[in-house]
Parts: sequence; C-alpha cells; structure tokens
Amino acid sequence: MGVDSKPAVVVGAGPAGLCAAIELKRAGAPVVLMDENGKPGGQLFKQIHKFFGSREHSAGTRGFEIGRRLLADSLELGIDVRLDTEVVGIEPGLGVWAVERRSRSYTLEAGCVILATGASENGLAFPGWTLPGVMTAGCAQTLVNVHRVLPGRRVLIVGSGNVGVIVGYQLLQAGAEVAAIIEGAPALGGYGVHTAKVRRAGVPFYCGTTILRAEGEEGVERAVIAKVDRGFKPIAGTEETLEVDTICIAVGLTPALDLAYLAGCKPIFVPELGGNMPLHDGYMRSSVEGVYVVGDTAGVEEASTAMEEGRLAGIHAAYALGFLGEAAMRERTEATWGRLDSLRQGVFGQKRFAAKARILAEGKVRA
Amino acid sequence: MGSGDEKHICRCEEVSEDEIRAAIRSGARTVQEVKRWTRAGMGICQGRTCRRLVERMLCEELGLKPGEVEVSSFRQPVRPVSLKSFED
Repeated sequence: MGVDSKPAVVVGAGPAGLCAAIELKRAGAPVVLMDENGKPGGQLFKQIHKFFGSREHSAGTRGFEIGRRLLADSLELGIDVRLDTEVVGIEPGLGVWAVERRSRSYTLEAGCVILATGASENGLAFPGWTLPGVMTAGCAQTLVNVHRVLPGRRVLIVGSGNVGVIVGYQLLQAGAEVAAIIEGAPALGGYGVHTAKVRRAGVPFYCGTTILRAEGEEGVERAVIAKVDRGFKPIAGTEETLEVDTICIAVGLTPALDLAYLAGCKPIFVPELGGNMPLHDGYMRSSVEGVYVVGDTAGVEEASTAMEEGRLAGIHAAYALGFLGEAAMRERTEATWGRLDSLRQGVFGQKRFAAKARILAEGKVRA
Repeated sequence: MGSGDEKHICRCEEVSEDEIRAAIRSGARTVQEVKRWTRAGMGICQGRTCRRLVERMLCEELGLKPGEVEVSSFRQPVRPVSLKSFED
C-alpha cells in the first residue's frame, strides 16, 4: 500500500476528534485537526463532574481533566491543530472547505475525513420561549462552568435526563436555586446517582409534567407547568405557576448531520441516539469512501464512548492511508471494541448497545 | 414577545408556528418545502434549532412517524461566510 501524502482531516476537536487525531499521529500519518472554537476540547471543559466506567475509561476523573490529558497528548505529538477554523463544506473528492478566523477561506485536499462535529441541543417551543432567560441546559452549563456567570437566581429545568440533572446540580453548586425539574415522560430519565444527588439537595421532580408557557415583561418572571395525559396532552385544571427567572431546556440532542449530508453519507434514523445520523460500520466508516463519523455525530452517547469511536476511526484511517499494517489495525480495533462494549452495559448502556448494533448491522459488517 | 400565545419556531427568520402549520396544511410535506414556503430554517443558524421542531409539526399534521419525515437537505456553506474571506 502506497503512502498517501494528503492528510487525514479531522473536523471537531472534542473528545472524539482529539482521540482520532492522536491515533493517526501516533501511527505516523499526516493529520490536520480543525475546530471552530478558540480552544480545543469540545464540551469536555464544561464537565466538572466525575465520569463513570472502569479505570481504563478514566472513571472518577472529571471531564475537564480528561480534556487536559488529551490536549497534552496532542501537543506532545505535534498535531497540526487549527483553531477558529470553521469547516463550512465538503467538495467531491474530499476537498474540505475551511474558513479561518472568519476571514480566510481555503480548500484542503484530504486523504480521508473524520467528522467529529458533535450534536446540537433540541429546542422546545412554548409561548414565551424566546424571552430572555429561556436557554438550553448546555448554554447554562457554559455560562456557569466556563464563564463563571450565573444565568439567574431561580431556575426551572425542563427534562430529567443526564444533561438536565447534571446541569441542575451544577447550578445549585454555583449558588442558584432550582425550583423544579420537570419530565414529560412518566419516569425520570437520568442516571440514579445524579438524580438522587439533586433530590437530596431538596429539588422537587415532577414526572408526567410539561411547561405550558413562560411569562414576563422583559424576561422570564414565571413558568406555568401542567400535568400531561398519556398522549402528552396537558390536563386542564392541573396548571401550576412557578416563580422563576430562568428556564433551562434539556430535551435531548440531535447529531450534526450537515457535513455528512454534504459528503453524501447515507443517513439512518435511530430515535434512541438522537434521530437521523450517518450510517456507519464497526470502523466508523460512513457509506462514503474515506469519510468516517464518530462521537455524537454518529449517534448521541457520552464523552467516553465518543473517545473510543474516535480511536476506531483514527486506527482505521491510519491503516487506509498506509501508515498502519493490517495486523496492528485489527489488534487495536479489537481492543478498542472491547472497551466500547464494556461502556455500553447497564440499564442505560444496553439501550445504546442495541441501537448501535442496529446501525452496524445495516452499515456493513462489524469489525 | 410578551406572554401572548404566538410562538416563533424559527427565531432567525421569525416564522411562527401558525405560519408553518398553514404551509403544511397548504401542501408542504417536507422540511425542505416548509423552508422554501416560509423561510423557516433559512436564517443564520440554518435550522439548527427549528429543524427538529418543524419535523415534529410535520408528524403531527400529516400523521407521520418521526422516522418517516424526509431528511432535510443542507447546502454549503453550512455557516455564514463573509465575502472578505474570499479575497486572495
């Protein structure tokens, strides 16, 4: 196999992208890692809580510490990291259209492209949702953990999944009051460990409850909530008004599909992992030759699984570009899959494991 | 907007829920068609927030399952690009 001089281009320097780039560089492949932000790390630096899993998954380590470690590795390896660089298109033949600092546009011919562009938070439209004070939970987390700004004094959180409860706890730690966490479904959605911590802090949880509207003149002053029936329709007469100045929406994430679509990747609809996402196989190859998808872009999971998926793509891309022998590629892939499988265990992991298995079954043979 | 009942679905282009539902009732069957009809999703964020909300309305109005809504198309540049960046 000949050595291709075109670099592997990794789009997105979050946990998945960093790991992909590290694997490529370790194998000796030329790699360019691009990120639209001024700092690499994606969402890792917002994660001040400890991660789960086994020791090899850095369990017990806080997200930002994992981010720091990955950054140190990437610096040590001398990876070409291009920050403030937005990838705005993909041309046929793997031309990556990048815009640097909003002022210089160029196209880079890539040997392969690894899309690690994450996901975006879902909105929830209710009357008053455009008032100042309504924001996604991720936005509140950025304000508190990155910019050290408290978004408000008294907060309602809509959605009891992990994002909702973790952000709820972090808002409490930052000094806000959490008036309630409401959940449309009949049961709570987050890990028990996080949920229990928030409950112990005195935050009430309301299941089978939705938000009807936000009220206020210049910004949020009140939220009106109500019970819902089995068809998620509000039940008349159950309305309750909460005095809050902030409403955090935590109702799931949607994989970033834009660049994969432009590259021509075939999508698959998997509701458990966030909706439509690019179909992929066990090496994280999409349906388009030379295009890989990893992390939340390939189905919304967690930072720990994103890192392993990044490694899978990095390992295979290094092999495909001629920098890693087949035996070494297979061995590393298998080891990575072992760790991935162990991450997708437990009540929540099983569901993701089954969902991923469906994608892989359709996306060619698993490694 | 104060405490009224009007809901903006596409915040960038200020397209209301009523306008989108009217478009679907007049024949729009995909996110793409709603986009062309109402401009929802054609603003600066390129539908990052409203795309899923429009999909949901299509399901409600047309009796579709979430997976049955046609995948929305994307065009490059996927982010706003200044003309200045093309000077060379």
